[in-house]
Amino acid sequence: MVEFLAMGGYAFFVWSSYGLSLLVLALTFIWPVLQKRRLLQKLKQAHQRKSQLARRQQ
Amino acid sequence: MWNFIYKLASPKYFYDMAGKLVPWFGGLFVLLVLPGLYGGLVLAPADYQQGDSFRIIYVHVPSAWMSMFVYVFMAVNAAIGLIWRIKLSDIMVSSSAPIGAAFTFLALVTGSLWGKPMWGTYWVWDARLTSELILLFLYLGFIALQTAIEDKRLAARAGAILVLVGVVNIPIIHYSVEWWNTLHQGPTVTKLDKPSIHISMLIPLLLMALAFQFYFFANLLMRARCEVLEREKHSTWVEALIDKHPEAKHG
Amino acid sequence: MTDSNPYIALLKRDLLLAFRSPGQLLNPVLFYLLVLILFPLGIGPESRILQIIGPGIIWVAALLATLLALDTLFRGDFLDGSLEMLALSPRPFALLVAVKIAAHWLLTGLPLLLLTPLLGTFFSLSGHTIGILMLTLLLGTPVLSLIGAIGAALTVGIRGGGALLALVILPLYIPVLIFAAGAVDASVSGLPFSGQLYFLASLLVLAVTLAPPAVAAALRISLN
Repeated sequence: MVEFLAMGGYAFFVWSSYGLSLLVLALTFIWPVLQKRRLLQKLKQAHQRKSQLARRQQ
Repeated sequence: MWNFIYKLASPKYFYDMAGKLVPWFGGLFVLLVLPGLYGGLVLAPADYQQGDSFRIIYVHVPSAWMSMFVYVFMAVNAAIGLIWRIKLSDIMVSSSAPIGAAFTFLALVTGSLWGKPMWGTYWVWDARLTSELILLFLYLGFIALQTAIEDKRLAARAGAILVLVGVVNIPIIHYSVEWWNTLHQGPTVTKLDKPSIHISMLIPLLLMALAFQFYFFANLLMRARCEVLEREKHSTWVEALIDKHPEAKHG
Repeated sequence: MTDSNPYIALLKRDLLLAFRSPGQLLNPVLFYLLVLILFPLGIGPESRILQIIGPGIIWVAALLATLLALDTLFRGDFLDGSLEMLALSPRPFALLVAVKIAAHWLLTGLPLLLLTPLLGTFFSLSGHTIGILMLTLLLGTPVLSLIGAIGAALTVGIRGGGALLALVILPLYIPVLIFAAGAVDASVSGLPFSGQLYFLASLLVLAVTLAPPAVAAALRISLN
């Protein structure tokens, strides 16, 4: 196990590469998830404001 | 099959269809990346010259391949969008760009981290790395142009022209950088190029490359769905979706 | 006064308009000179070093000066509506655009070219080297104008488009830079350089044929 983590002395380079790859892929994955949530929330608020306004005008 | 393509013109159909595909593509990604990682990190024997540092290849090369694949994918969609005015193609182009940029960035950073043990320095003006760096700027330029134009239709068409000009230039850029590099560096053998790679080293590489493909398509569809929602926000099916969305918690 | 040839008329008009605001005309040229003077000041006056970096730096400065000048290529006409008039003309828009780019090159690329002997002297370049350098500039600066015009066309309607233009265009400029500077460096080292010159010439041919239609398409988008 220790040998595996040591990567023949290149541990820093190998694990940084894989770690960064994981990080970048995770961030790239999360972005549209958050974007959709934010968009729907924003649209919901706008929708509610519109229906409140419509109700008041009646 | 043509019926399927006609149906794709409907944003709602695309939204639903893509929504069903994303988990499948995501699942395939996981299914491929796990054996790929295991094969690359554990099973493949250490390289004769580079030791274990060569294992970076399993994230560097798939990233680099994807960075180029995505650009070509963008170019094809850009052409389709320009010629046949298909909105879905435009959406594909703009949604792909950030993912392509991410892959390019990864290719550069992992390449740099590989360079230190291999060449002794974090950066060399190696033909491949230099071309990747230029490719990153092509992506960033495209994203900057798209975000600067407010009208989506115009932004898509301007971006499409830029991508097509870029795709014509990429072979020219690549050739010129390679020429420049061999001239100035002398006959430095790029160890990234293994003419005969052992099969136990090759299989994890192919698995990782395929995994990254599925990741790309999953992420692409996720982003495209967001874009469709934004564009169709006034339609009834989106309004129905909004109603179903949970309330935001206000402060 | 109307010329029988509308293209010549357009060329004359562009040149005339440019000479009416000489400040705008001189900007890229002065920038070019200033940037080049900065290098010996920053690096040191040792002529050996200057000779080595000279051709490359002169080319980078030419690139940057062209980029600066591109801003004026379409902006004026875009703002006062003449660009739209040109787009509506029965003549092929791509040809009209090519004429505008040619006028622009005469006003910016050509002065850079003519200043090269002076700048070559600043960098202690030999007469032979200066000659090759001028040849590469003659072949390369029109390519810069043509490719740059595509970027200018895409960004003309965007506020603050100057920085965006640089980001978009500079990657596309790189092959020109590599082969032009490479040609000069090769000639300095006594190596054959005709290959690089042929490549530059083929880039020029490619740019002359492909860029004007792309520019025309981009302008139509920006004019919408």
